Amino acid sequence: MDVTTFLQFFINGIVLGAIYILLAIGLSIIFGMIGIVNLTHGILYMLGAYATVTLAPYVGFFPNLVLSPLLVGLLGMAVEAAFLRKLYKGDPALGLLFTFGLAMFLEQVVRATWGTQGIPFQIPAALRGAIAAGPIIYSKYRYFIGLCSILVIAGLWYFLEKTPYGMIIRAGSRDPDMVRVLGISLKPVFTAVFGLGAAMAAISGVLASPLAGVEPAMGTNTGTFAFVVVVIGGLGSFWGSVISGLMVGEVESFCILFWPPMADASKFALMIAVLLLRPRGLLGRRWEKFE
Amino acid sequence: MKSGKGISRRGFLKVAGTTAAVAGTSGIFAPAILKAQQQPIKIGHLVPLTGFLSPMGDYAAKAGKLAIEEINAGGGVLGRPLETIVDDETNPGVGVQKATKMIQQDKVDFLLGTVSSAVCLAVMEVAERYQKIFVNSGSNSDEIRGGKCNYYTFCTEASNTQYVKAIGRYLVKNKNYKTFYILTSDYAFGHDLTRVSRRLLAELGGKEIGHDLVPTGTADYSSYILKVRNANPEVVLCNVAGADQTTFLKQYSEFGLKIDVAGGVTDTVLMWNAGKDAAQGVWTLIWWGDLDNAWTKNFSTKYRQKYGLPPENQAWGDYTSIKALAQAVQMAGTTDSKKVVEAMEKIKFDAGKGRELYYRPYDHQLIQPMYVVSIKKTGNRDQWDIFNVVSEVPGKDENLEVIAPTKEENPCNMKRA
Repeated sequence: MDVTTFLQFFINGIVLGAIYILLAIGLSIIFGMIGIVNLTHGILYMLGAYATVTLAPYVGFFPNLVLSPLLVGLLGMAVEAAFLRKLYKGDPALGLLFTFGLAMFLEQVVRATWGTQGIPFQIPAALRGAIAAGPIIYSKYRYFIGLCSILVIAGLWYFLEKTPYGMIIRAGSRDPDMVRVLGISLKPVFTAVFGLGAAMAAISGVLASPLAGVEPAMGTNTGTFAFVVVVIGGLGSFWGSVISGLMVGEVESFCILFWPPMADASKFALMIAVLLLRPRGLLGRRWEKFE
Repeated sequence: MKSGKGISRRGFLKVAGTTAAVAGTSGIFAPAILKAQQQPIKIGHLVPLTGFLSPMGDYAAKAGKLAIEEINAGGGVLGRPLETIVDDETNPGVGVQKATKMIQQDKVDFLLGTVSSAVCLAVMEVAERYQKIFVNSGSNSDEIRGGKCNYYTFCTEASNTQYVKAIGRYLVKNKNYKTFYILTSDYAFGHDLTRVSRRLLAELGGKEIGHDLVPTGTADYSSYILKVRNANPEVVLCNVAGADQTTFLKQYSEFGLKIDVAGGVTDTVLMWNAGKDAAQGVWTLIWWGDLDNAWTKNFSTKYRQKYGLPPENQAWGDYTSIKALAQAVQMAGTTDSKKVVEAMEKIKFDAGKGRELYYRPYDHQLIQPMYVVSIKKTGNRDQWDIFNVVSEVPGKDENLEVIAPTKEENPCNMKRA
């Protein structure tokens, strides 16, 4: 393998990884805070894409990077406040079952609203085509995805690590009782976190909308892959998801180069390998409240 | 209303046929017939409503409904109304389960549908076990009508060989590609399509310089596209199916490669979903809603009036299958499987392809012309106006069977009941 080929597939792996990170990180913070495995994640991703194709004729593509996550985030908050909240005290399986059912329901809502027919949607004119950087010719839009992902991930990291709200979220996911003792109500925090997770899924949906077919089945596999990334990285771990997303992206990219039939299976093989060595995932730690 | 005329003419024929059938029966059986009139003839309709083939499933279900309504408005078949029971087929296991349930619990008389070849192969076995006719309206693999064919299965959908020979004849005449890169969906359909494509390559004297098996439901093709670019063939033969084809084309146009695309099999909806800017290449299509003939105009208009969208080729498949089945039942005068099989082997009908079509008795494949289409890039009437028909294969003066698999290519030794 020559250097150019290696670099091409390496860069592509990073961009693939960036998409996986965006997908996974929302799932991860929802689990870390609320302890719910959100099976609607793939659907929220799809809703981000559908919001984009619906709004784009009026506002263009770029405002959707803010608008769609905002709308989907609000939907997430509504779902949390109306339903999920009631399930925290019960069996943890309830949340799983509820989000599983909700995912099927929302998928049918999408079919009923937008039709089973996919919606054609193109890359915005400004980002079409490829750029050559030396011997490496790569899609402009994918560089844009990479850039957006870095900004979003950095922004989220800043929010969680450096702001008082982020501190409450982190503290709340470690020791909710202590946070309550300090006089902070976690109810609105849970709602906000679910909304934030949903918005993250929607951003990846917005970015994917010009690349993938926007149709009602688009979220099915995606949700599964997001889950795989979170499990590899360690449930609830921010940097775990980042590292794991990049690993999965690279493994997939090079697997397609050398052994394409295994491209899908490679993600799961990686997950099994990591779990055998580190049962809590790469950066997973022991979480008192779940054990 | 334009279509009203069509219904009433068809309706008149149906009523006339039914009256004749009833009149021809001895009066002694009249009470039995009256009772039978209330009993609908049931068709179990299996369509993919979820998963990567679901873009086609919705059209299949809607077209089935339209066909049933038309037939029932015309007095039904043998004086009995038709009824469909629609269910989802996503994988072979589910397909078998649903087909068995339809036969055992719903007591269906016939089975219809499937888009996935893997599901079709599984459902065929159920049909044979229970001796019920199954009309395959959307699955392409050759072995369905070849090595694994059976007496009870009929194929309205064309075989991969018919598709590939159609594009092959076009490529031989019009393009002189020497180097090919093949991308193949990693399941029954893709493997079969690639097998047939390689036969074509040998014929063309083309060289396969790369081949990748692509998992179904792949969301990202960038790595495959990079491989294609590095290999630099003259043409990419795209043998991926369903929504995957849309995703591939969108991303292929994103990378702006100058390498041509051709494909043995496409479905209209996949190109609609990609949009005219991203869609490219030459492809074989079984039927297209803008074909210039009366049958097609009538069907497209009616479908559009009822559902607000133009019909896709999968709509044609299921609509045509039900109409053919109804014609055969009418001819057989019964729903008895064996008698209807014999009638299916005899019927000839128009289905918007300009020539009389028929199911070949030896392998139960519908013998029909195919259409090579390219993407219409300018002067589009609306977003649905996406194809130029560049060639009808075989030509008007050629025998329809020249693109069908030969007995050597695809041996079918069905056990006749």
